[in-house]
Amino acid sequence: MTATAEGRLAEVGQARRRREDAHLITGRTLWTDNITLPGMLHLAIFRSPVAHATITNVDVSPARQRQGVVAAFSGADLADDWGPLPMAWTVSEDQKSPPHFPLTADKARFVGDGVAVVAATSREAAVDALEAIEFDFETLPAVVDMEAALGDGLALVHDDVPTNRCFTWRESHGDYAAARDRAEVVLNRRFVNQRLIPSAIEPRSVVVQPSPATSEFTLWSSTQVPHFVQIFLSLTCGIPQQSIRVIAPDVGGGFGSKLDVYAEEALCLTLAQKLGVPVKWTETRSENCQVTIHGRDLLQDVEIAAMRDGTVLGLKVDLTANMGAYLQLLTTCIPLLGRYMYPGIYKFEAHDLSCTGVFTNKTPTDAYRGAGRPEATYVIERIMDELAAELGTDPIELRRKNWIRHDEFPYTTVAGLEYDSGNYEAATARALELLGYDELRAEQERRRARGDVVQLGIGVSTYTEMCGLAPSRWLGKEGYVAGGWEAATVRVLPLGKVEVVTGTSPHGQGHETTFAQVAADALGVAFDDVVVVHGDTRTAPLGLDTYGSRSLAVGGMAIVRASEKIVEKARALAAHQLECDPDDLEFAGGRFSVKGSPDTTKTIQELAFASFVAHDLPEGAAPILTADAVVDPETFSFPHGTHLAHVEVDTETGMVELKQYVAVDDVGKVVNPLVVEGQVHGGVAQGIAQALFEGAVYDEDGNLLTGTLVDYLVPSAADLPSFTTDRTETPSTTNPLGVKGVGEAGTIASTPAVVNAVVDALRPLGVDDVEMPCTPMHVWQAIGAASGGAK
Amino acid sequence: MPRISVTVDGVRHEHDVEPRVLLVHYLRERVGKVGTVVGCDTSNCGACTVLVDGESVKSCSVLAVQADGSEVRTIEGLAAEDGGLHPLQQAFHECHALQCGYCTPGMIMAAVDLLENNPEPSEQEIREGLEGNLCRCTGYQNIVRAVQLAAKAGSREAEAHEEVPV
Repeated sequence: MTATAEGRLAEVGQARRRREDAHLITGRTLWTDNITLPGMLHLAIFRSPVAHATITNVDVSPARQRQGVVAAFSGADLADDWGPLPMAWTVSEDQKSPPHFPLTADKARFVGDGVAVVAATSREAAVDALEAIEFDFETLPAVVDMEAALGDGLALVHDDVPTNRCFTWRESHGDYAAARDRAEVVLNRRFVNQRLIPSAIEPRSVVVQPSPATSEFTLWSSTQVPHFVQIFLSLTCGIPQQSIRVIAPDVGGGFGSKLDVYAEEALCLTLAQKLGVPVKWTETRSENCQVTIHGRDLLQDVEIAAMRDGTVLGLKVDLTANMGAYLQLLTTCIPLLGRYMYPGIYKFEAHDLSCTGVFTNKTPTDAYRGAGRPEATYVIERIMDELAAELGTDPIELRRKNWIRHDEFPYTTVAGLEYDSGNYEAATARALELLGYDELRAEQERRRARGDVVQLGIGVSTYTEMCGLAPSRWLGKEGYVAGGWEAATVRVLPLGKVEVVTGTSPHGQGHETTFAQVAADALGVAFDDVVVVHGDTRTAPLGLDTYGSRSLAVGGMAIVRASEKIVEKARALAAHQLECDPDDLEFAGGRFSVKGSPDTTKTIQELAFASFVAHDLPEGAAPILTADAVVDPETFSFPHGTHLAHVEVDTETGMVELKQYVAVDDVGKVVNPLVVEGQVHGGVAQGIAQALFEGAVYDEDGNLLTGTLVDYLVPSAADLPSFTTDRTETPSTTNPLGVKGVGEAGTIASTPAVVNAVVDALRPLGVDDVEMPCTPMHVWQAIGAASGGAK
Repeated sequence: MPRISVTVDGVRHEHDVEPRVLLVHYLRERVGKVGTVVGCDTSNCGACTVLVDGESVKSCSVLAVQADGSEVRTIEGLAAEDGGLHPLQQAFHECHALQCGYCTPGMIMAAVDLLENNPEPSEQEIREGLEGNLCRCTGYQNIVRAVQLAAKAGSREAEAHEEVPV
């Protein structure tokens, strides 16, 4: 920790307790569902009970007769009131993007597809009235299996998308065929990255209040992206952008599932406009499981080519990605966001990659914590362990032989991305020490030798990721309709408090605390003098919100830049008032002092007041210490780390117990270690959940069998151990704070670490893969298959 | 419609309620206690946990009419009247045991009951005691630490009481 000129500790690096907590621990919260407005109507949505059907009749008139019902509409009734929901990413020239309307009028394409809506004076009345809606349909065969969907002759989810193929892209770096020819070992595997339900604990909720006098609308939504919602709803609903004010109040978790513009947001806005009164819709958990986006769901065919000494040469990956029934905001780009990460931290000379997107009669997929990068990391870290087993070498040794050494940065990988900095050696050494790796390997040998029923496994994941979704030019080149810059306004108010307005939109990440720490240091003011404003398009009109571990690495830089502008403006004023040259002033600890005359000073807060009264400003200077900045970084930052999992697997029951989990992460400079550790814990837990517990399961008719928290196993405290965490610190070279993202790192790292551990435990039994989640049944099946027994 | 009388956070309320109304909806929509939240519809997540006559209860699994004549304590009534935080609230803040905060009211109320019944729980007892409350942000580690910290604060308080001469 460094001290400022006045002896005050620098804020950056301090484990400040969060400001956000006070209202959250006392229940003084403003969740969207808490909002009640005079005359407010409640919406309930009639959803298709079948996965695939042609709609022949929707009659809502019986519902209109029910007690408390004010209005009811079918998709056809509202067809002229809206355009399609936004789809923001075109990943290939051949991408098919069939329209997706807030309510469907022609066909139902997944269980939960919205068909009609009821507005009533109470939630209960609205739900009751759904029963009266008459819905006639002709069932079509459900398209549930991705590979079968691509065959000829199967039903089509969208009539004008032949063989249900949404897109195919492929790319080639180096000469893979030559690398494969030279290789002494070639390994093939198919990994199944199963479908997940993000399960933020707060269900989504939307409230819209129309102001008929001004033709404006205020929309509260449990969203990560108020700015996206404003701009895209303007396009979908034909309401001018400036007439829609979007507020993200307290938001109860997102993990990507609230990084979207949803049918229900458009529905609420449309009905508030049509009916001229406030409306509200709040999701049930069952609706959340059914209609809020799902994550992952990829088939991953991988081939690795290497020499017997362990040197890796080439990597070939073919992906089949499930889009679900419709394209949501970013559905098609999720595999694309992972495309650079398949080679991981290793020095390959050739890399081929392809991806085919497929429509099925399932819930749409979209960004879920990590979005493409966990999937990529799973492939590379799993196949490295498989290669190590094939070569009979230690998985750490194999990695060490192939990874980018710390003195080789910046390093351009075979996929064409330049990694800024890292020290894989240091993180790995620390992780091995924390786990007690050598002793565990010895214990593993003992158990193997005596054929213990409970086998021990150690799994390794030496991950990296690209984060800080930004460079607008890069995003444009990749087919995204928007940019990735971030904005901030910093104002030193006349009475000395500092207001920081950020265009990011936190929902648990702690920006009110960490961004205040960043601004306090940049301006040399006390942490308690800084407030952070966010999440309202009226007060923070410019911004691109929170996702992709971008808030600090991009949004934080805008705050730094705006603060620098303030300091420069204040410097000119200080020089004027102190009658010296601006270059003769030193700025430290929030105070300008004349070089050589340390008692002649002005604080930035004194200058803010002088600037406000504006009685004596330099010639041509404008009053008020305020500055805006918009920052668009040139590139990403690349956090990395080494995660190790130690499991015990009961070979008779298939039960996996996670005994120990070590995470050593390098996220560059750390603003608030407490917040960083919290992000790592939560991320690791979510990745472990994919490895061991969670999976969305559909039956052959396209019914979601895991449609509640009874059936979909979000782990509880009793299902997880305490994690051992530590950090190494290799500052990023791509931003002035030296920070990297941390929000997704844990999730990216932990899934392969745990599965590698499970497979490692079972390796003596001939097992070389276990289908995720590694439930007792899947483990038992893997053991059975390996021993030639019945599945 | 049955008429019920319920004391919520020290204030007595009388209302006519539909028999089907759940306690959580009664608290949120009739009494205005929106600090208690709904996270699921199968009583798995525990976000709606409150104390009914001192026992932790998932208020989505109780009908409002069943609470007739009861004392209900919610997260909003947990701090002292002077605003002083309950040791668990303080510990959750201190240990960074919350991120988005949506599960926090239920988590804290469940922990209040846990510590009432077991003032010095082991880590495993805490993990099992809070099994009915889901958190998606924290990975639970800091929640466990917070409960341990509050338990320590509680035992110090108990010792202090014992030392008072009779």
